[in-house]
Amino acid sequence: MAEVHAEMVANVWKVLVAEGDTVEEGDTLVILESMKMEIPVLAEDEGVISQLKVAEGDVIQEGDLIAVIE
Amino acid sequence: MFESVLVANRGEIARRVIRTVQRMGLRAVAVYSEADADLPFVREADEAILLGPADPAQSYLDAGKVLEAARLSGAQAIHPGYGFFSENAGFARAVIEAGLIWIGPSPEAIERMGDKINARNLMEAAGVPVAAGTREPVTDLEQAVAAAAGIGYPVMVKTAGGGGGIGMGVAHEEAGLARAFEQASRAAVRFGGTPAILLERYVERARHVEVQILGLTDGTVLALGERDCSVQRRHQKIVEETPSPGVTPELRERMLAAAVRAGEAVGYLGAGTVECLVDTDKQDFVFLEMNTRLQVEHPVTELVTGLDLVEQQLRIAAGEKTEISVAVHGHAIEFRVYAEDPRRFFPGPGKIEVWEEPSGEGVRVDSGYTRGNTVTPFYDPLMAKLCVFGQTRAEALERARKAVASFQVEGPKNNLPFCAELLEHSDFTDGNYDTGLVSRMRA
Repeated sequence: MAEVHAEMVANVWKVLVAEGDTVEEGDTLVILESMKMEIPVLAEDEGVISQLKVAEGDVIQEGDLIAVIE
Repeated sequence: MFESVLVANRGEIARRVIRTVQRMGLRAVAVYSEADADLPFVREADEAILLGPADPAQSYLDAGKVLEAARLSGAQAIHPGYGFFSENAGFARAVIEAGLIWIGPSPEAIERMGDKINARNLMEAAGVPVAAGTREPVTDLEQAVAAAAGIGYPVMVKTAGGGGGIGMGVAHEEAGLARAFEQASRAAVRFGGTPAILLERYVERARHVEVQILGLTDGTVLALGERDCSVQRRHQKIVEETPSPGVTPELRERMLAAAVRAGEAVGYLGAGTVECLVDTDKQDFVFLEMNTRLQVEHPVTELVTGLDLVEQQLRIAAGEKTEISVAVHGHAIEFRVYAEDPRRFFPGPGKIEVWEEPSGEGVRVDSGYTRGNTVTPFYDPLMAKLCVFGQTRAEALERARKAVASFQVEGPKNNLPFCAELLEHSDFTDGNYDTGLVSRMRA
């Protein structure tokens, strides 16, 4: 199981996966936006998205859980 | 001269414009979003009007709200700063139609230069050298592939509507073109409004040098020297200096003359910037684009000319006949203090626990924040501009080292350690650098 956390305060601009999706290492899960910069959050493992904790438009804090890959 | 000015911007530039407005004995009106309520510019203005939530679309970029704030406050003129509405011809027209004074060039000049493709064609017609590139907007990948084959790789892919480096990308071969094209297209729609894309020849080892122009009410266009903006990350500037260490007197003369021709070609009024790419090996340059507004890095020009560019903008907008003799002396460098980590340059917003600005001879700090403020993720990461002046470049560098070392910021991540690193890097200290310097430092 791998947890994906936010590295910084950011707005969730795009969510590209849904719970139940199968992802490969390097796939983009969500695109965050902070200070006019787009920051893609990538899967570091392959597996199935068992939990997706963010929605488009959310403001998330550093350390917040974005998704869980099993 | 009008009596009150609304500053349609935020942070350091709002504060800097307010300072000159008040020094001239005029009334300064600030507008702000909920996220910016505690920032110095709101407190320092004579009046401040809340526009709405943090999202720029609901505050700083809501034309109706900004114009309503002008009406409520009785402001007679609007200064747009940089970014937001500063290069929006539609907004400039709306300001004029509301019976207010727009502090900037005419909406027509903004329009003609705002579309980078039109601007390039116009410059070519005015005898200004331009980079090889597309003469028509590119709207799909197939067109982009054909255009790139004609121009030759590497190509720079960017939005025709501008956007401060956002969405810009370099493709070294056809395989990379699709990604660069998609990225630019997305940015074009999000930040520029127009989906049109522009391709131009990318020069690997070039300097980004721009010329500050000032169009006076009598039709004269002055060139106030150049600024070297080659220290960049993600195609956005970090450090700017004047004079450029990579430009010979002969090349400078040609560039300044071309910038004046560019300004004259559009009947330019007020402060503007002609951006060029300089091939230092060949000592030659091409026109990139024109910015029809005040630039972030205007202080370095102010330090070497002794002029207050915001004051000039206000006087020109008021229709005053100004006589300016341009004399450039000394050397000035600006460091943009960004809220970002100094290694990867990723955003690092947060609450400012410690904020101590440097001071002393030849040091100027234009900041947008102070201790206790929070740098939020909603706007660009610029917290302050640290500018130094010296009689020589060596003196400016020495003052910069001391100033960077004594600038204390704790809370948000910041790039001051990068600035300190740069000041010890021989390519920078020798003045022998190009737009690839930062990438090489981080390779």
